[in-house]
Amino acid sequence: MLNYIIRRILYTIPIAIGVSLVVFGLVHLAPGDPLSAVMGEVDQKMLAEMRASFGYDKPLPVQYLLWLGNSLTGDMGYSLRTGAPVFRTLIDSAVNTMMIGVAASLLGFVVGVTMGMLAGYHHGTWLDKAVSSATITGVSIPHYWLAILLVIVFSVQFGWLPSMGAGSAASMWSWEAWQHMILPVIALAAIPCAIVARTARACVMEILSMEFVEALRARGLSERRILLHVSRNAMPTVLAVMGLQFAHLLGGSILVETVFTWPGTGYLLNLAIFDRDIPVLQGTILLLALFFVSINLVVDILQTWADPRISRG
Amino acid sequence: MKTVETEKITLAFGAAGGQPTAVEIPVGAVIQRTYWHNVWRRVSRDPFTVACALVLTVVAAAALFAPWLGLPEPTLTNSANRLLPVGSPGHLLGTDELGRDMFSRLIYGGRLSLMMGILPVLVALLVGGTLGLIAGFVGGRVNMLIMRITDVFYAFPSILLAVAIAGSLGAGIGNALLAITIVFIPPLTRVTESVTTQVRAMDFVEAARASGAGTFTIIRIHVLGNVLGPIFVYATVLISVSIVISAGLSFIGLGASPPDAEWGLMLNTLREAIFLAPLNSVLPGFMIFIASMCFNLISDGLRSAMDVRL
Repeated sequence: MLNYIIRRILYTIPIAIGVSLVVFGLVHLAPGDPLSAVMGEVDQKMLAEMRASFGYDKPLPVQYLLWLGNSLTGDMGYSLRTGAPVFRTLIDSAVNTMMIGVAASLLGFVVGVTMGMLAGYHHGTWLDKAVSSATITGVSIPHYWLAILLVIVFSVQFGWLPSMGAGSAASMWSWEAWQHMILPVIALAAIPCAIVARTARACVMEILSMEFVEALRARGLSERRILLHVSRNAMPTVLAVMGLQFAHLLGGSILVETVFTWPGTGYLLNLAIFDRDIPVLQGTILLLALFFVSINLVVDILQTWADPRISRG
Repeated sequence: MKTVETEKITLAFGAAGGQPTAVEIPVGAVIQRTYWHNVWRRVSRDPFTVACALVLTVVAAAALFAPWLGLPEPTLTNSANRLLPVGSPGHLLGTDELGRDMFSRLIYGGRLSLMMGILPVLVALLVGGTLGLIAGFVGGRVNMLIMRITDVFYAFPSILLAVAIAGSLGAGIGNALLAITIVFIPPLTRVTESVTTQVRAMDFVEAARASGAGTFTIIRIHVLGNVLGPIFVYATVLISVSIVISAGLSFIGLGASPPDAEWGLMLNTLREAIFLAPLNSVLPGFMIFIASMCFNLISDGLRSAMDVRL
């Protein structure tokens, strides 16, 4: 087990380096100098000085190593637009994204597991069909469109919930703060909910067909107790799927955050793209991608821990 | 298909289950269908799949032949007729924020939106499929190299990668297409590689090699015969994802640009109309949803018809 964990962590290092190379390469794919896009028409001498102060005059490999080294120590440079340190801005946004991301994952997980287990247990009934239709809808629906639908119904028509921003409440433990989170959370929860439901349904059906369930029935266990055994067996798989969905959700929240102007990493990324704010762009993509890699790592390790059969394969 | 020679039957079974079954059937004795015939028969008897295929055909055909349908010009603005409600005379689905006919724009929108959804997956299928075949068939260091690079791109959430590439390259349909294609190459490489590696280890490949079949024959008949099914199923799922992501790129301003008719872009520009004409403003999203759902359901139908487990 420990052996596996160490191997798995070591295996992640080249991936993380690859990710950082891709992020750096991507941003430097763009034609032209990062500064000239922002500065517009300025004095050549001044531009050269600026370039030197940002380190853009050095050869690319040197720039990459400097950027990587600084990023690892939490120094991601300064935003070309606002002048604020990128790291600070990123952390603030990441906290906001994390809030709706965690809430959406919890919501999606609870609803998805309930739906999926019920459907798998009552396989072939109208309930199963209803859940299957709901999951197909959930995976197909463009979540940014769902976000707009939610705004139209709950903000425009009924006027119950705010449609923009995160509010100005000082504490996140207030109704005002929660009010702003409800719609983004529902919009984000749709996909994980559908995928978790699908996985749970398939798992439950597979486990119910195993011999040990027959043995439990023969021993006279109540259906409720049997379902408990089934859910315990289904959990590792379902939790792993949920973990990956959580990771996807944090990286993919840009569209929903754009609809709600939610001040998270996705919205920050959106602004950075259209401002051509290279340090922020690089930092945000790097942070989100590394986060994705680490969640994958944690999910793998937890899954192996919960179900040791996996590491032997 | 009336009669099939013994050799072909064996091949068909090999393609279906992976395990070749040596069935001795005298030539011309029974009516036997090939694997793909059976798949086709099962798919065409599945009402959901057929309905979805019909819907998609209608939407795609309308989009393709839009210029000949006698529709109002999709980019023709009319400031006097802005945001007419759905069902207005002369404008079946109303007009948008610049007075352009919604029905016409939704039909024309299918051209860009479907193209941006389907084309990247097809190109990624070619590139990723080839890479996966090479990695799986050659194995060793080549496999190592291809799969480790794939792993790196796999380490990005798909929407983030699409946005990152399109955002770095700058707005535009070409860049968006390139971005989405790059997003879908790694998953297709991975699936092809894993199926190819499995097939390569099968006894019937060994048998084919022993009986003198060349590498290309083995790849063409045995590997492709087994890989194509799962890959098609997977590619149809990816198209449904791709439609949502590509429209999403246009939605945040990274794909199509005004005055193009494209569902994601229309959804974005109509956002200011959610107070005045909410129904009009959700129509483009509905089209994205329908197209995506149809591909999803078709993929489900194909999956059960081919008995594919991914």
